Amino acid sequence: MSEKKVYKKFIKDIQEEQRSEKICQSIEEAIKKSGLKDGMTISFHHAFRGGDKVLNLVMDIIAKMGFKDLTLASSSLASVHDELITHIKNKVVTNIYTSGLRSALGEAISYGLLDKPVQIHSHGGRVHLLQSGELQIDVAFIGVPSIDRFGNASGYKGRSRCGSLGYAMSDAQYAKYVIALSESLEPYPNMPASISQDQVDSIVLVEEVGDPSKIGEGATRMTTNPKELLLARRTARVIEHSGLFKNGYSLQTGTGGASLATTIFLSERMEEKNIKASFGLGGITGTMVYMLKRGLIDKLLDVQSFDEFAAKSLGENPNHIEISANEYANPSSKGAAIKQLDVVVLSALEIDINFNVNVITGSKGLLRGASGGHSDTAAEAKLAIIVAPLTRGRIPTVRSRVNAIVTPGESVDVYVSDQGIAVHPRNVELKKRLIKAGLTIVDIEDLHKRAIAICGQPQKIKHTDKVVAQIRYRDGSVIDEIKQLVK
Amino acid sequence: MRLRRSMLFVPGSNTSMVCNAFVYKPDTVMFDLEDSVAISEKDSARLMVFHALQHFTYADVETAVRVNPLESPYGLLDLEAVIRAGVDIVRLPKTDTVDDVLDMQNAIEKIEKEIGSKKETKLLAAIESALGVVNAVDIARCSKRLMGIALGAEDFVRDLRTQRTKEGLELSAARSHILLAARAAKINAFDSVFSDVKDKEGFIREVTYIKGLGFDGKSLVNPNQISTLHSIYAPTKQEIEWALEVIEASEHAKKHGLGVISIDGKMVDAPIIARAKSVIELAKASGVMGDDEDE
Repeated sequence: MSEKKVYKKFIKDIQEEQRSEKICQSIEEAIKKSGLKDGMTISFHHAFRGGDKVLNLVMDIIAKMGFKDLTLASSSLASVHDELITHIKNKVVTNIYTSGLRSALGEAISYGLLDKPVQIHSHGGRVHLLQSGELQIDVAFIGVPSIDRFGNASGYKGRSRCGSLGYAMSDAQYAKYVIALSESLEPYPNMPASISQDQVDSIVLVEEVGDPSKIGEGATRMTTNPKELLLARRTARVIEHSGLFKNGYSLQTGTGGASLATTIFLSERMEEKNIKASFGLGGITGTMVYMLKRGLIDKLLDVQSFDEFAAKSLGENPNHIEISANEYANPSSKGAAIKQLDVVVLSALEIDINFNVNVITGSKGLLRGASGGHSDTAAEAKLAIIVAPLTRGRIPTVRSRVNAIVTPGESVDVYVSDQGIAVHPRNVELKKRLIKAGLTIVDIEDLHKRAIAICGQPQKIKHTDKVVAQIRYRDGSVIDEIKQLVK
Repeated sequence: MRLRRSMLFVPGSNTSMVCNAFVYKPDTVMFDLEDSVAISEKDSARLMVFHALQHFTYADVETAVRVNPLESPYGLLDLEAVIRAGVDIVRLPKTDTVDDVLDMQNAIEKIEKEIGSKKETKLLAAIESALGVVNAVDIARCSKRLMGIALGAEDFVRDLRTQRTKEGLELSAARSHILLAARAAKINAFDSVFSDVKDKEGFIREVTYIKGLGFDGKSLVNPNQISTLHSIYAPTKQEIEWALEVIEASEHAKKHGLGVISIDGKMVDAPIIARAKSVIELAKASGVMGDDEDE
């Protein structure tokens, strides 16, 4: 039997200052307190999207403080994070976990900037890596639009309102030390809170955590692009005739013109047929909020608010509910919402004749996308629809083999293009339904042949044997590897 | 019956549109080499349209080309290119007189002969002036190649010394006249473009109106207008049910050697049966019969 501690008397003397002792005067002070050391893992989240001010600010200070050999685990990276190139060159960062990579950083890594391969994970897969212990966050830097002195933080108010903090919530849950950065101190208790007081170690007030004009930039717009509208109309028809389009069905769509327009066309059909959806999931846009307001959808489960309308609604509408990445999509979670999902509409940079989808590398092989919730939702939704034009400019979207597999063909059900719809051969019933509804269904091999006949066979991408990125499937396995491009 | 509800204008110099127009499945794609193409791009546009016409992606869609006037430096060059590329229809710009049509017909015949083409390229005359409207009856009957006449409203209203309105009163005489001329000659009649692509309700009003007048279809400037137009031209559920009933009754009558039949006390004769059949064809083409997409 172990020895039990003996009670010791103490003098009760509570000072007001102690109640604010989590607040540090500077980021340096918070980092010192956190015990960060060379070789450790730090994390960031991407709820501020292109308007994020936190990652660059913190990384600059970390670099100045002389840290080296850190693993950077950001739930995703945007073009605003190109400054990381310097920190990688200076060996401040030597390893990266992220869902997405873009612009100059994506290009530099594609050409071999990092020695170790970047680990590309899905949104659900990240939480799985946190749970399995492969990814151990030593210090999480969590930018939040509003916070109180004890660490209760939320995203639905404040100047840099970003809406859901779903990805940060899972980071805060698993990180050993959490530093919350905010620009607005609210009176205690700032509740309901997304990040709770019992998860936050230190707080730093900074001038700005985000650029409000860029947080929701470009997400909600009703497209006038005829091809996007054509794809959306067709996608809505696929959903309508899938057999799942009935009262209580559930839906996830992404951003981008075709996806948003699909939601609008579906809304029209739902109104006509008097159908209500039980929930809308994932990254939430203004069009989903519109459906909620019109009573076409009962609840929104929001892991990331894609635009200002969604961020605002999250704070106002009790049926617009914030969920963590774990609740959203982690395959080993006790309950991920995607396991209750009926329909998901997804995009693709490339799709191949086996329905494998690439959303991470572009036609030149450069890293310029994000895994996101693609593989998570495709695997769990009853109907996973990929929407992409057959050709983009003179580049065929349908390939014999995608450059990089993010979502395996096994989980994809339908591919909607502007020049025909292909149904995965395992969906015999679905194919019959769609044909009966008057939709033209073609073999994906024929779409491939057609794309090549239009564009010609693209040149092969030249690469070395060095692996620059590993694509981790949601269960942590390596589903594909991306090799270094030759200049 | 060939449906010609939607005739999509595609500027011949717009690479993206030339590459993509077929995906929107208009009844006819009309490449333009005339007013929408800048002088500096006349040659490149002609070359691009020449290739597009021969591309397999345009094999399943009817193609038309609006060429430059024969009296311009580009008209004959346009014609040489598009006839050789196998265009289905040549659209004459600004047709005022019968001679305009005959000149074009002769020029086409000459090229077809040169290349030994068995295809008889059709003609579509755009009527864009008061003189053209007045001559419409003769124009419509002057050539067996002429498949239709179309109103070009912008130039027409200028000629009338007025301007276009959403109500379209200024076009009512021209529309009626062109329609009568076309019907008397048993050719197609096409209405002018509706250029305010953002005004969906105005577009719906105008299409409903011109369909009611009897026009076969309309020129369109934006692919987004196609599905709206097709859905307005699609027969209603009641019309389809009526048509199916008529066809069933007529087939029954034929089988049993009956003469005149009646449905709900109304006599059904040959013109009614013909109309019922065209309703069904239109329904199939519009996707409301479940045989094709409604796009």
